[in-house]
Amino acid sequence: MPFTPKRTVKSPAKLDLTAATLAHVPSFDGLGWADKARAAARARVAEMGMPLGRDEYWKYTDTKPFTNVDPDHTGAIAATDVFGASGAVTITITNGKVQGELPVVDGLDIQCLSAAADAEIHWAQDTFGVLEAAGQNNVERPLAALTTALATEGILIHATKDVTQPVRIVYTTDGGQANVHHVIKVAPKAGVTILEEGLAGARASTNMEVAVADGARFDHLRVLPLDAERTLSNHCFANLGAQSTFRSFTLTPGGQMTRNEAVIDINGDDATAHIAGACLGDGAFHHDDTVFITHDAVNCESRQVFKKVLRNGATGVFQGKILVQPDAQKTDGYQISQSLLLDDDSQFLAKPELEIYADDVACSHGSTSGAIDEDALFYLRSRGVPHAHAIDLLTLSFMAEAIEEIADDALAETVLAFLTETLEVRRA
Amino acid sequence: MKEDTMLKIENLHVQLEEEDKVILKGVNLELEAGKVHAIMGPNGSGKSTLSYVLSGKDGYEVTDGSAALDGEDILEMEPEERAAAGLFLAFQYPVEIPGVGNMTFLRTAVNAQRKLRGEDEMSAGDFLKLVRAKAKDLKIDADMLKRPVNVGFSGGEKKRNEILQMAMLEPKMCILDETDSGLDVDAMKLVAQGVNALRSPERTFLVITHYQRLLDHIKPDVVHIMADGKIIKSGGPELAIEVENNGYADLLGEVA
Ligand SMILES: Nc1ncnc2c1ncn2[C@@H]1O[C@H](COP(=O)(O)OP(=O)(O)OP(=O)(O)O)[C@@H](O)[C@H]1O
Ligand SMILES: [Mg+2]
Repeated sequence: MPFTPKRTVKSPAKLDLTAATLAHVPSFDGLGWADKARAAARARVAEMGMPLGRDEYWKYTDTKPFTNVDPDHTGAIAATDVFGASGAVTITITNGKVQGELPVVDGLDIQCLSAAADAEIHWAQDTFGVLEAAGQNNVERPLAALTTALATEGILIHATKDVTQPVRIVYTTDGGQANVHHVIKVAPKAGVTILEEGLAGARASTNMEVAVADGARFDHLRVLPLDAERTLSNHCFANLGAQSTFRSFTLTPGGQMTRNEAVIDINGDDATAHIAGACLGDGAFHHDDTVFITHDAVNCESRQVFKKVLRNGATGVFQGKILVQPDAQKTDGYQISQSLLLDDDSQFLAKPELEIYADDVACSHGSTSGAIDEDALFYLRSRGVPHAHAIDLLTLSFMAEAIEEIADDALAETVLAFLTETLEVRRA
Repeated sequence: MKEDTMLKIENLHVQLEEEDKVILKGVNLELEAGKVHAIMGPNGSGKSTLSYVLSGKDGYEVTDGSAALDGEDILEMEPEERAAAGLFLAFQYPVEIPGVGNMTFLRTAVNAQRKLRGEDEMSAGDFLKLVRAKAKDLKIDADMLKRPVNVGFSGGEKKRNEILQMAMLEPKMCILDETDSGLDVDAMKLVAQGVNALRSPERTFLVITHYQRLLDHIKPDVVHIMADGKIIKSGGPELAIEVENNGYADLLGEVA
């Protein structure tokens, strides 16, 4: 019995919320390529309906912060400078608008959505809204469709060579709602590294569609800001060609409400997809990683590594799925989601899923919640490391497996240094 | 208290917090500065428990008695305060800490102790020079310094790593809990050399061991026998030889 797509119940409450939401969405009657895609996305929202707590994919996370028609998130988000010294070219998006000239890099065509959208045709149009729409097949993700419809800004990158110099996207905001939609197309044998930091809005919704062609490479690193007062919904939709590699890592050092979704379709043989995340949750913190990886080709590898350290009543959620289609023989799928609970008030809710229709596969998954290892804590303290510092060292120890997923050693060091400093500041 | 007493343990009674089991039943020990004391005793007699209670591990309740380091009561201190005051325990079973580099760990410990004592941090350069020199003496290579703390170390490597930490932290009261177990002959010599290099008039060692072999290399001034939570006999180095030759039966019989 093959995989059956999940459809939500279109209850009256859902229809009401959807109508109220769509009242704020224009009808997009422009003739440009982007407006056509937006009109289609609007229609998807109307058809799927906005998410409600009763939906299967929203069991553990409150939908209201994301779907509230009149959000009261108005605070500015403090800017960070994590990747400033990485040698990357930088693009700044302030209050949802790209600032200044876009960088020129050999092997990369870098454009912004606001300028490119009015053209009649564009190289991004076979991807923009297309991967998102395809990602709705297995599980409905109406927030992503809404973002496609609403986003007026984003970065469009077409990589035609393997470019090691990273492209860094820095977000700053004075608050309010922001919708951003990026498209990354990586041509055969080309490569690109994307670094993201900051947040587009106090309530931000970001889509990133990534088309990785045969033999191509996509590396993605994201550090979200510390500010508690914000709501963030991220969607990444990726499509992988033969012998391509996809790697994405997200560090969430704080924040109130975060949902990171990733939908990765492995369509070419011998491809690799790694997605990892580490988060530090404190108090009114809710962090949800929802991942859906589909293996639809032979001899591919996927890894999901998520680590959450939670205290003072923070909540962590993980919903991770590996779907192996009938022809995806020799699949190697690995999934681990773990939480370190620093007190009894914090909680971790995990729903790991394997659904396998091929017979020659090796898939494993594990999910654990644990407390601090008292023996290790005593060992550190007996060497003179004070209690709070020892807990932080064990926090870093716990997160190490996720950080090791960052392929580039220098960037991994940068993330580790930022995390160490964040812990130091929190301790002081 | 004598002028040069380093560690004074009086009538120490300890039981487990979780269950009603009494482990130490009135331990008395007085260790002078500059001296090496050894404790031997049958399995389960309470040697490791004594070392844990002195260094502040949770799970034990002191129901009576006292322990003072250099005249200062340590039993109310946090483990890190005891370390900063100069107490060091080389663990019988060193703990593995994945994801934290051995070097990072050592540097954090050295600087944390300095901070607790109100001293300046050691510069990265000075630290590196010092740790390299001390590691070389113990034949600990650069790779072991980089690897996560004790992860994948052999039993002997873990014990050498304990001695490296001791050499870096320069405590005045060193407790070694079966540091000789799991060591091959050459490693035991290395460890003994490491310990002997640290011997000084201001530093005291309490060496817990089952074997005379270690005491051939680290010559003790006093040997104590612990049985059933008490020190039942103390004497010179010849006491260790007696144990090696005859076991504990005679000694236990004498007391009974
Ligand atoms: N946390 C604990 N829970 C239960 N029993 C304990 C605990 N700690 C110590 N004990 C018991 O207390 C006694 C003393 O143990 P301890 O480890 O101190 O002995 P030891 O003299 O170091 O023995 P060995 O020579 O085997 O290392 C043993 O009977 C042991 O089982
Ligand atoms: Mg013992």
